Amino acid sequence: MADLKVKAMGMQFKNPILTASGTFGFGEEFSEFYDLSLLGGICSKGLTLNSKPGNTGIRVWETPMGLINSIGLQNPGVDRFITEELPKMKSYKTKVIANLGGNTEQEYLTGIEKLNNTDVDLIELNISCPNVKCGGMAFGIKSEVAFEIVSKVKSACQKPLMVKLSPNAENIAEMAVACEEAGADSISLINTIKAMAIDIKKRKAVFDNVYAGLSGPCVKPVALRMVHEVCKAVKVPVCGLGGIMSAEDAIEFIMAGATLIQIGTGNFIKPNIAIDIINGIEEFMDKNNIKTLDEIRGII
Amino acid sequence: MKTLKSKILLNEKVLNNIYKLVIEFNSEIDEIKPGQFFMLKTLDNSFLLPRPISVNDANENTVTFLYRVEGIGTTQICKLREKEEIQAVGSLGNGFNLNELNGKIAVVGGGIGIAPLLYLTKKLGNNADVYLGYKDCVYYNEEFEKYANSVTVITEDGSSGKKGYVTDYINYENYDAVVTCGPEIMMFKISDGCKAKNVSCYMSLERRMACGLGACLGCTVETKIGNKRACKDGPVFLSEELLI
Repeated sequence: MADLKVKAMGMQFKNPILTASGTFGFGEEFSEFYDLSLLGGICSKGLTLNSKPGNTGIRVWETPMGLINSIGLQNPGVDRFITEELPKMKSYKTKVIANLGGNTEQEYLTGIEKLNNTDVDLIELNISCPNVKCGGMAFGIKSEVAFEIVSKVKSACQKPLMVKLSPNAENIAEMAVACEEAGADSISLINTIKAMAIDIKKRKAVFDNVYAGLSGPCVKPVALRMVHEVCKAVKVPVCGLGGIMSAEDAIEFIMAGATLIQIGTGNFIKPNIAIDIINGIEEFMDKNNIKTLDEIRGII
Repeated sequence: MKTLKSKILLNEKVLNNIYKLVIEFNSEIDEIKPGQFFMLKTLDNSFLLPRPISVNDANENTVTFLYRVEGIGTTQICKLREKEEIQAVGSLGNGFNLNELNGKIAVVGGGIGIAPLLYLTKKLGNNADVYLGYKDCVYYNEEFEKYANSVTVITEDGSSGKKGYVTDYINYENYDAVVTCGPEIMMFKISDGCKAKNVSCYMSLERRMACGLGACLGCTVETKIGNKRACKDGPVFLSEELLI
């Protein structure tokens, strides 16, 4: 019988499958489709210190095997997350990961202080959102800038800290090393790839912000390559994501070195996809006589 | 719990690019309200995001959809045949609140926006006056005849029924509430007409959406109390709540 349990950051996850920030709300919407306690963990919708209404105009656009989004971190703010959403998330009996973004250093630090006093299991630091004007991804392009912010956040943070990287970073492996040196307990990647679409009939960019973030199966080969590069460069556990739609995809990321996996856009395509993937990994392990994921992790 | 997958019982052309799809459904799993929708997708990878399609009719064991083939999604969906399976996630959305629809009701549909109004008209029990607006070709008006108090057909070119726009033929003061689905320009004209006569107006909105479940926040509708989700908080909204 295959054992899917994963130890990382001093914690034990039931299995490596987490649902990615921004694709799963705070979990409630998916509880109508399956028992959320079957998941390894749930990442919250991207939070900011203060609530955000998100972007105007078209927010989602389909491309061949991809999705471009320009949501703009619409969220209720950290305080309302703590009082209204977190108690519900904790009731699902799986690891709760708070994803925190920010426009300024102070916003990150105040957010962290508030989350320190909660029973959030892990904080995922978002330095990679392409859809907010100042900040967000601005911290995730240059390694020196990321080192600064991650160092400061780490010294304020009393929870394990996972830093979510942007594929738009100048050098993804250097970026990961900088975050590790700054104290990150884990690295997750990739966030969406900066992209655009044009409505040729209207002769206008589809999105009010012009550029937006591409995700879905079309980004998977790029994500896999970046996860592989980062896994070779750092010692901390890596959480791989980017277009994972099947157990086979997830196993590829594990073979590339990922300890944990996040399912993002897939949740939109098939609400119970994360469960299919967990079951599929177990079947693959049983069929190939793999007892624990350590046997195949990072073999490439 | 919600359904994820269903067997197709029928998928046929009604007229031009208008199709009718009937799938198996177990009403013991979930009760379907008029105005709700399903996220439909072929099981292959011919396109990525499921498409939100409103419930046209529902019975104990089946759900019917009336849809217009418009883009890559519906082009693939219309190729599916009887006995094949379809990913059908639902039922989703708030739907119309029948408890709020008392007294004399006008049901106003434009184009493919008539689709969700049939099941509503049926649930209103021979009580509603139905106004159906089309560009030229008329379809499904006879279905409405079965359940409506009256049906008025209006075509832009006058080829069938009355000539002009559906909005030309409604006396708002005769109604306690007006329910509408169709092009936004039509719905907002109706909303203005209702406002002038102090009549409640409920409209079913259409938005681009990725998940249909309330998670992606792609289908935002601006309201007086902040952003709402067309998929989860809607698609039915009281027009006076909206900031569009």
